[in-house]
Amino acid sequence: MQLTDHEKAMLDGRDGPAVQKAMDLLMRYGEALGAQRLVETNNVCATITATTPFQRDFALAGGGMDAVFSEFSLDSQQVVQVPKFKTFTSHLQLGFDPNQPEKMGLSEEIVRFYDKSERHVAGLGAHILNTCTPYQVGNVPTRGEHCAWMESSAVVYCNSVLGGRTNTEGRESCGAAMLTGRIPDWGYHLDAPRRATHVVELDVEVESVQDWGLLGYYIGDLVQERVPVVYSRRGIGRVPNLPRLKHFGAAASSSGGVEMYHIVGVTPEAFTLEQALGGNRPVEVFHYGEAQRRATYEKINATGKDAEIQYVMLGCPHYTIEQIREAAELIEGRKVHENCELWIFTPRAIKSVADRNGYTKIIEDAGGILMTDSCSAMSRAVPKGTRTVALDSAKQAHYLPAILGVQAWFGTTAQCIDAACTGRWNGGYA
Amino acid sequence: MSESATQQCVAGMDSVIVIHGRKVVPGVAEGEALVTRDRISGWGGIDSRTGTIVETRHELRGQSFAGKVLVFPGAKGSSGWSAAFHLARLMNVAPAAFLFNEMTTKIALGAVVSHAPSMTDFDRDPLECIATGDWVKVDADRGVVEITKRGQCAG
Repeated sequence: MQLTDHEKAMLDGRDGPAVQKAMDLLMRYGEALGAQRLVETNNVCATITATTPFQRDFALAGGGMDAVFSEFSLDSQQVVQVPKFKTFTSHLQLGFDPNQPEKMGLSEEIVRFYDKSERHVAGLGAHILNTCTPYQVGNVPTRGEHCAWMESSAVVYCNSVLGGRTNTEGRESCGAAMLTGRIPDWGYHLDAPRRATHVVELDVEVESVQDWGLLGYYIGDLVQERVPVVYSRRGIGRVPNLPRLKHFGAAASSSGGVEMYHIVGVTPEAFTLEQALGGNRPVEVFHYGEAQRRATYEKINATGKDAEIQYVMLGCPHYTIEQIREAAELIEGRKVHENCELWIFTPRAIKSVADRNGYTKIIEDAGGILMTDSCSAMSRAVPKGTRTVALDSAKQAHYLPAILGVQAWFGTTAQCIDAACTGRWNGGYA
Repeated sequence: MSESATQQCVAGMDSVIVIHGRKVVPGVAEGEALVTRDRISGWGGIDSRTGTIVETRHELRGQSFAGKVLVFPGAKGSSGWSAAFHLARLMNVAPAAFLFNEMTTKIALGAVVSHAPSMTDFDRDPLECIATGDWVKVDADRGVVEITKRGQCAG
């Protein structure tokens, strides 16, 4: 890789051993990719804190929080003292909600260790947004801004909806970026890889949040890590809003590895089909009609067998304030069934709005809980005795059966709230 | 890949097959091959503590990649890919080597932090040349993979 004088100096240790280790990792990573150079970034979204008993023991074995950062965020087996982060840095979601230790099955000791870790990285400059949706709460990249983001659902939103430029980074490459302000100039930082490779032509209207989740899951399965462009001869009807695109991208990046998509007439690099393709001849043109929609629904619901539900989880990716409002309206005056629990996940900042608007109280009065920082897939936490869950997220329905061995039903938010209140899955294809 | 190359791959029962590629992570390793045509999810797709594939509907579900030469098309899914394989290394259950076709940031970083010799950009498709159970020597520094077909020793 070609380095600038500044980058060479960082690699040679001018800025200390932590920055040197960060540059060393970026070199190994960039050469693995086949990148030619690094690109400047001042926007990193990452998991940084220590949350597991394994990391706690790692810290206690010597070196403390610096040892955790050295190994898990820099792939450095030498413990280096970590300086303040150079870049604007946002913390992503965690392996639990530290404010719900009982529900999450957390010992007091782990919560204390996490709090210490949170204070530590906050002191280094990580902003404790603690969400998979940083673009909801203060980190909204502008078009063309080079970023180093983790979290596949946030990456696909950044690239596709906002026009920011990021690859799907990992914990270690983000750690290196925070200390250097650099990331390999490869993939979606460049123009050509952003152009569409596959066309998906809509033969049915795609309108509801569930519709967009189904379409995303279908597309991810088909194109895997390529770049799809969604197109309708009649034009995309109702313009999809944030919850729809959030769900769409999360689904496409779960069934496949989609990191960038276009929707003609909606997303910023696709005013026309021709612009989205940028001269590419489509590898394939797929049609999405009623048969594809139905088959996708069946696929996401493949594990759902039992009608009795013990758990309903909403908020994957983290709910917007309008989704919390919808859930509150649906459940107001009803009660969560005695054999069932309802957990809803949202960023801390949005929960504080929900508190003020009274939505939190409505949900709690009904017996549900508004949680932050995590989700069940991240935390592996579900109510005791959970065998079957109901979800309004294709992504969560993709991951939970694999991670926890539970059955999952996927449906609309209204079907999920109804399941929470009756303890039964009465949903179905609609 | 040319037709003759395919035939060479298939006809390799009584000889060592050699294929060439680009170094992704330096080093030399050998082990039994574990081959899949399904892409692999890291976080949520593997159990890092046991080195096992857990993804629903994955053709390798329940199988261990610990100490194996993992041969697969590429990575998919969560950005926790590297962290999942990083943890597998700390648990001593990482693959011995990675051989794959599709370069992504997930697989590049995951291979780097696994410290497992890794290669891509092959002159012949490793998915065609290598079957589960074959003995595979990976010399990423020289860009060479040597494949001894299973059954050769017995037969």
